[in-house]
Amino acid sequence: MSDSVRNTMYFAGVALLIIITGFVQSWNTALFILNFGLISAIMALGVNLQWGFAGLFNVGIMGFVALGGLATVLVSMPATPGAWQAGGASVIGALVLGAATVVAAVILMTKMKASKLRSFSVFGVLVVGFFVYRGLFDPAVGFIEEIDPAATGYLGGLGLPVLLAWPAGGLLAAAVAWLIGKTALGLRSDYLAIATLGISEIIIAVMKNEDWLGRGVKNVVGLPRPAPYEVDLQSNAAFIERANGLGFDAVTASTLWVKLIYAGLFTVVLVILFVMAQRALHSPWGRMMRAIRDNEFAAEAMGKNVTARHLQIFVLGSAVCGIAGAMMTTLDGQLTPGTYQPLRFTFLIWVMVIVGGSGSNLGSVLGGFLIWWLWVMVEPMGSVLMNFVTYGMADGYWLKNHLLESVAHMRLLTMGLVLLLVLRFSPRGLIPEK
Amino acid sequence: MIDFLNAFVALSNFVLIPAISYGAQLALGALGVTLIYGILRFSNFAHGDTMAFGAMCTILVTWLFQSWGISFGPLPTALLAMPFGILATMGLVLFTDRYVYKFYREQKAKPVILVIVSLGVMFILNGLVRFIIGPNDQRFSDGERFIISVREFKALTGLKEGLAFKTTQGITIVTAVIVVIALFWFLNRTRTGKSMRAYSDNEDLALLSGINPERVVMVTWLIVAALATIAGTLYGLDKSFKPFIFLQLLLPVFAAAIVGGLGSPLGAIAGGFTIAFSEVMITYAWKKVATYVVPESWAPDTLVQLLSTDYKFAVSFVILIIVLLFRPTGLFAGKSV
Repeated sequence: MSDSVRNTMYFAGVALLIIITGFVQSWNTALFILNFGLISAIMALGVNLQWGFAGLFNVGIMGFVALGGLATVLVSMPATPGAWQAGGASVIGALVLGAATVVAAVILMTKMKASKLRSFSVFGVLVVGFFVYRGLFDPAVGFIEEIDPAATGYLGGLGLPVLLAWPAGGLLAAAVAWLIGKTALGLRSDYLAIATLGISEIIIAVMKNEDWLGRGVKNVVGLPRPAPYEVDLQSNAAFIERANGLGFDAVTASTLWVKLIYAGLFTVVLVILFVMAQRALHSPWGRMMRAIRDNEFAAEAMGKNVTARHLQIFVLGSAVCGIAGAMMTTLDGQLTPGTYQPLRFTFLIWVMVIVGGSGSNLGSVLGGFLIWWLWVMVEPMGSVLMNFVTYGMADGYWLKNHLLESVAHMRLLTMGLVLLLVLRFSPRGLIPEK
Repeated sequence: MIDFLNAFVALSNFVLIPAISYGAQLALGALGVTLIYGILRFSNFAHGDTMAFGAMCTILVTWLFQSWGISFGPLPTALLAMPFGILATMGLVLFTDRYVYKFYREQKAKPVILVIVSLGVMFILNGLVRFIIGPNDQRFSDGERFIISVREFKALTGLKEGLAFKTTQGITIVTAVIVVIALFWFLNRTRTGKSMRAYSDNEDLALLSGINPERVVMVTWLIVAALATIAGTLYGLDKSFKPFIFLQLLLPVFAAAIVGGLGSPLGAIAGGFTIAFSEVMITYAWKKVATYVVPESWAPDTLVQLLSTDYKFAVSFVILIIVLLFRPTGLFAGKSV
C-alpha cells in the first residue's frame, strides 16, 4: 500500500467518524467537532513546526493561544467611550516606561564591566523604574476600571473587522515568543519546557487580573462575528424558503449554515498555513532545520547559527498558535480567561502532534482532527461503557453512582493512555516523517 | 520598642511562618524532582500528580480511620494514614517504572522523550485522581486546629498584634526536618545511598564498580514516592486538597529544584525556601508592618504590596529565569548537561 493511499484512507476514516457522529448524535455536534478540529489542526501545525522541524519542546502553547484570543478583543471590540481620555495615555506611558526600565537594565548589564558599581546601578534602575511605573500605572488603571464596570471598565479595542484579529493574534503571540525565546532558548530542552510552562501561566494570570486590558474574569462577550447571526437568518424570508426546500426547519438550518461559514473560513486558513508549512519543510531552510534538530553540533560546525534559527522557528510556531487562538475566540464569540487550562490547550495539542506523527505536517493535521474527535466523544462513549459495566448493580448502589458520575474524567485517562501507547508501539506516529 | 515587637509578630504571623511551612512543602516536592533528575536524568512532569495521588490515598485511608473512630489525639488522623498512602504510591511508581519508563531506559532514549512520556503518565494520574476522588475540594484535617491561636497569644503577651500558629504548619515543619535528616543520613551513611550518589555522579564508573542500576532506580522511585506523598499530604493538610492545584504546584516545585541546582538534594531545600520566601514577601501587603516601624506621619496609605497575590507564579518564574541566565547550574552546582 503506497503512502498516499494510506493517508487518504486515514483522512477518509476521520471524515467517516465525523459523519457517523452527525447521523448518530446531531449535525450540530458533527460541525462543532469539525470546526474545533480545524482549529486544533492549525495549533498542531504550529507545534509541529517547533517540535517536528526543530526539536524545541514548548509546553506553553496555552499562553500563545490565549494571546490570540486577547488580540481578538483588542482588534475587534469598539473602544470604550471615555476610557482613553481617562487613563489610556498614562497606561501606555507606564508600560513603555516599564519596558524602557528593563531595556536600560539590560544595556547597563551588557555595557558595563562586572563590578559592584554595575550590580548597584542595575538594581537601582530596576527599583526606581518599578516605583515610577507603579505610580503612573495604578491611578490610570483605577480611572479606566471605574467606567461602567458592569458593562465595560476596560479600554476596549480598535473596532476593526474581526478577521483582522487573526493575523493580529499571530503577531502578538510572535512578539511574546520572541521575548521568551531571546531569554530561554539556548538553554537545554528541559529548561525551555519549564520556562514556557511558566510563561503560559503568567500570560493567563495577566489576562485574568488586568481588567483594564480585557475585563479579566468578567469576560468580554458579544465579540463581532464574521458570520451572520442565527436570529437574523431565521427572520429572513428567502433563507427560510431555501431551508424548507432542503427539508430543514429554519432554526436548525440557521445554526448549521453559520457553522458551515466558519468551517469554510477556517479551512481557507488551514490550507494556506499547511501549504506554507509544507513548502518550508521541503525547502533548503526546512532541510537545515532538520539537520540542526538531528545534530546541533554538526550543524553548528557547518556554520549554521543554531540559536538564531531556533529563535526564528520558535516565533513562527507560536505565531501559528496565536492565529488559531484568535480563530477559536472568534468562533466562541467571547473571551473567557478562566477557561484556559494547560491540560486542554497545551498537553492535548502535544498528544495530537505525537499521535499524528512528529515532523509530518499531514500527520499533525490528521492528529488534530482525530484526537479532537476522540476528546469530544470519550464522554458519550464512556457513559455507554459505564452503563454497561454497572448494568448488573442495583440502582442507588454507591459504586454505580460514583462510576456514572466520574465518566467525565475518563477523558484525561484516555488521552494519557493513547499518548503512551503511541509512543511505545508506534513512536513515529500515524503518518511518519519521510 | 513595643512597636517593633508588634511589627515582628505581624511579620511572623503573615510572612515568616507561612513562608517556612510553604517552603518546607516545596522543598519536599523539589527533592523528589531532583532525585529523579539525578538518577534517571529527566524532568518528571508527572511529579505534581504523583503528589496528588499520594495525598488522595492518604485521604481515603484517613476517612476509613475516621469512620472506624480511630484518631490521633490532637494531631490529624492523616499522619496515621500517611504510611498507607506512601505504600500505595510506592506501588504506583514501581508499576509505572516497570511498564512505562523501563522500556525507554533500556533504549537509552533522549531525555526529552522521557519528559514526553512523563506527560502521558501525568495525564493518566490526573484522570485517575479525578476519577476516584472527584475534582472538588476535600477537607480531611482533624484534631486541634491551632498550637497557638491569636487570642491565646494576645492574652499571653499583651501585645496588640496576634500570632496564630496552626497545627498543620507545625507538623509540616517538624515532618520536613525529620524527613530531610533521614534522607541525608540515608544518602551519606548507608551503602545503598552511597551507591545512589555514585550512580548520579558518574553512571559508567558506578556500573564498572558493580552497582546494580535497576536496584538504584528502584530505591530512587521508592524514596520519591515517599517524598511526594508526604509533600502532597502536608500541602493538602495546610491548604486544602484540590486535584488541579498540584498541576499548578509543578512550576514552583521545578523552579525550586532548578534554582537550587538540579540533581543536588541540598540545593532543592535551599531552592524551596528561596522560592517560598520570595513569593510570600513580594505578594504580601506590608502596610501593617510598616505602620509599626516608621514614625506615624510617614505611615503609608496604600497597601505597600509589590505585586498582587495573583502573580505569585510570576515571582517563581522570574527567579527561575534570573538563575538560569546568570547561574545555569543553580545555587548549589547541579548538572547542566
